[in-house]
Amino acid sequence: MTAATTLATPPAENTPLVSLRGIVKRFGDFVANDRIDLDIRRGETHALLGENGAGKSTLVKMLYGLLEPSEGAITWEGRPIRLTRPDDARALGVGMVFQHFSLFDNLTVAENIELVLPKEARRADLAQKIAAISQRYGMALEPDRPVWSLSAGERQRIEIARCLLQDPKLVILDEPTSVLTPQEAEKLFVTLDSLKAEGRALLYISHRLEEVKRLCDRATILRRGKVVGACDPRRESARSLAALMVGQEVAEVKAEGQAANGPERLVAKNLSMRSRETHGVALRDVALTVRGGEVLGVAGVAGNGQSELFAALSGETRADADEEVWIDGRPCGLSGVTARRLMNASFVPEERNGHAAAPDFSLSDNVVLSRHATGGLAKGGFIAAGAARAAAQRIVDTFDVRKSGDDPPARTLSGGNLQKFVVGREILRDPGVLVVNQPTWGVDAMAAATIRQAILDLAARGAAVLVISQDLDELFEISDRIAVIHDGALSARSTRGRRHARKSAC
Amino acid sequence: MNPDILQLVLFTIVTAATPLLIAAIGELVVERAGVLNLGVEGMMIVGAAVGFAAGYASNSILVGALAGMAAGMALSLLFALLVVGLATNQVASGLALTIFGLGVSGLAGAGFVGLKREAASHLFIPGLSDLPFVGKLIFGHDFFVYGGLGLTAAAWWFLTRTRAGLTLRAIGDNHVSAHSLGLPVRRYRVLAILFGGACAGLAGAYLSLAYTPFWTPGMTAGRGWIALALVVFSSWRPWRALAGALLFGGATTLQLHAQAAGGFRVPAQFMSALPYIVTILALIVLSVWDRRGTTAPAALGKPFVPDR
Repeated sequence: MTAATTLATPPAENTPLVSLRGIVKRFGDFVANDRIDLDIRRGETHALLGENGAGKSTLVKMLYGLLEPSEGAITWEGRPIRLTRPDDARALGVGMVFQHFSLFDNLTVAENIELVLPKEARRADLAQKIAAISQRYGMALEPDRPVWSLSAGERQRIEIARCLLQDPKLVILDEPTSVLTPQEAEKLFVTLDSLKAEGRALLYISHRLEEVKRLCDRATILRRGKVVGACDPRRESARSLAALMVGQEVAEVKAEGQAANGPERLVAKNLSMRSRETHGVALRDVALTVRGGEVLGVAGVAGNGQSELFAALSGETRADADEEVWIDGRPCGLSGVTARRLMNASFVPEERNGHAAAPDFSLSDNVVLSRHATGGLAKGGFIAAGAARAAAQRIVDTFDVRKSGDDPPARTLSGGNLQKFVVGREILRDPGVLVVNQPTWGVDAMAAATIRQAILDLAARGAAVLVISQDLDELFEISDRIAVIHDGALSARSTRGRRHARKSAC
Repeated sequence: MNPDILQLVLFTIVTAATPLLIAAIGELVVERAGVLNLGVEGMMIVGAAVGFAAGYASNSILVGALAGMAAGMALSLLFALLVVGLATNQVASGLALTIFGLGVSGLAGAGFVGLKREAASHLFIPGLSDLPFVGKLIFGHDFFVYGGLGLTAAAWWFLTRTRAGLTLRAIGDNHVSAHSLGLPVRRYRVLAILFGGACAGLAGAYLSLAYTPFWTPGMTAGRGWIALALVVFSSWRPWRALAGALLFGGATTLQLHAQAAGGFRVPAQFMSALPYIVTILALIVLSVWDRRGTTAPAALGKPFVPDR
């Protein structure tokens, strides 16, 4: 432990458990955290709110010793401390549940937990400790299961158990519900309530306002690396909190145009397929129909076959038989991506860097990558550079993509802007069928609204759109129907989305 | 077949398997830590040259073996500096290490070509080693063979039963998670690479001190590559590496005996190629059998740059 003790005074009752003063973190020229002050008291549940990229994760990484502040001071129970390693933070009593789990897929639950215990801990006691934790907090854990076979909720329980075994005074939870089903989230809240009852402080990072209102006593709101406000979330409305986070009102998307009764444009029948991934999910007998003018939402918890479904519909993985996938009445199960694009279909995969776009290629080259066969951008084996630049410029203008330079590499765009670009690239082709996976994942609210509106406008022009998303609110906002994917199977009965309900109400 | 001849054949299978086993166990530990070191052949041949030179000069097998290990480690340290320190591409660095090792070995062994020394002495336990049929096979090897078996057991115990082994496996599975938990990713990787270098050097020293007790350039003859294939064949499990080494040792021995017997109508060149053909076949069979490669350490070959 490198915590330097300069004041030997015992912590008074009203001293905060931890306070941050003037914390600045720079990455090169970029200021991720700008003079942040934050106090966390004993036994309180404190929310850290903010959009993606507001600097929440950077801030808590400094509290956990993963990053060191460029400027500023941290005090723990009144004593100034310096955290250089996670070990320092753990020794003080800081535990962290990561947003992206720091788990090892090929190790068992017990092995994953053992890794964070002190080295002298005996392996024989481990099973007993795990059993005690699961009993006390009502979390079911199976010590001998390999992690890859577990659901997201079960994985998170390992993270939490790992953290609790060290008896922390402060538990940091980074977007804990972003990967959970509503039922799993409810179980998590019960566990968190019992942690609160034991007098542990919780620092709860989220952009889900309803949860924050349910759980937290105080909230600190970050925007672009700065503290822009503090409040009691129970007294605020979700709308006022959102306005604080974003800094302006977010426009609601509007659905208009024809009803969803066009011809069947995208059809899958008896679609079964093994996954290409090591621990992926196989598709089982998927059947779906999307009509022209319709948006079909596919909901479900991450890792239930979404990426496999996308690969099967886009042609990245070919089906076993031609008749398993149909576009505009023609079978195409055995066709590849380009053949399906020539049938006037478009696809936007989930990962924008490296899948939807080549990070080191310029924007115009990225346009050529997806339109080389359909857009007349390649002639006789040569790239029509002028046409490609014009096409890129049109996307940039239409979707208000903010970029530096004339035709910069894709990786220099921020997440939201690159996402607008890759979605725009496909939508401006005016496809008859659009399949998009996680259209607004990790995108700020303004860009998300733009993308959703563009998807609705495309459907209004008669296209069939299939949106795979884990954001239920998003699906309710833009879908006519919602189907749920679970363990590679798509629910046969589709729920009606809010869009439809709202329209029929007026 | 005469039991004595059968014993002789089995005996030579074990000796042919030993260098493959020792090198494979070293590489197995390296790969379990998530590092792919394709320089096994280079480290092995340097171990052979330096091991023979030191053994000849000191007239001690032990000094020769230790010098071979040290030479392998020195070469692997270079590799560690490149791939762990500078996060260079592991495939390219490993290939460069092999080419470099082949060159260095020629230089180090230049004054020793054509010299001969006595092979490593074999175990002899009165009574036991004289047992018919199995005596020499079980109790009559040199210490490299027993060392290789001990190494296999030790690697298995380390990987499955110790905390450090668990940490190493975790780092090989996901170095980002390991780093965020505060596990020393780079320190473990450097130590694993050094261990792999020592094993490859020892395997090389075995070739020039015990297997064929003289030095000749290029004498590893692709055994480093077979050891690499063995690691995949073993699905990164030490005991399976032993089984694989015996299989490949068998293929090597079979072609020697077949050529010596001379009764076969198969060209000698084909027989010499047999171990390499077995390697390719084994890899094909494995990849068909286990298409998704579930057993490979997930972080294998990926460079790691800590985020600060």
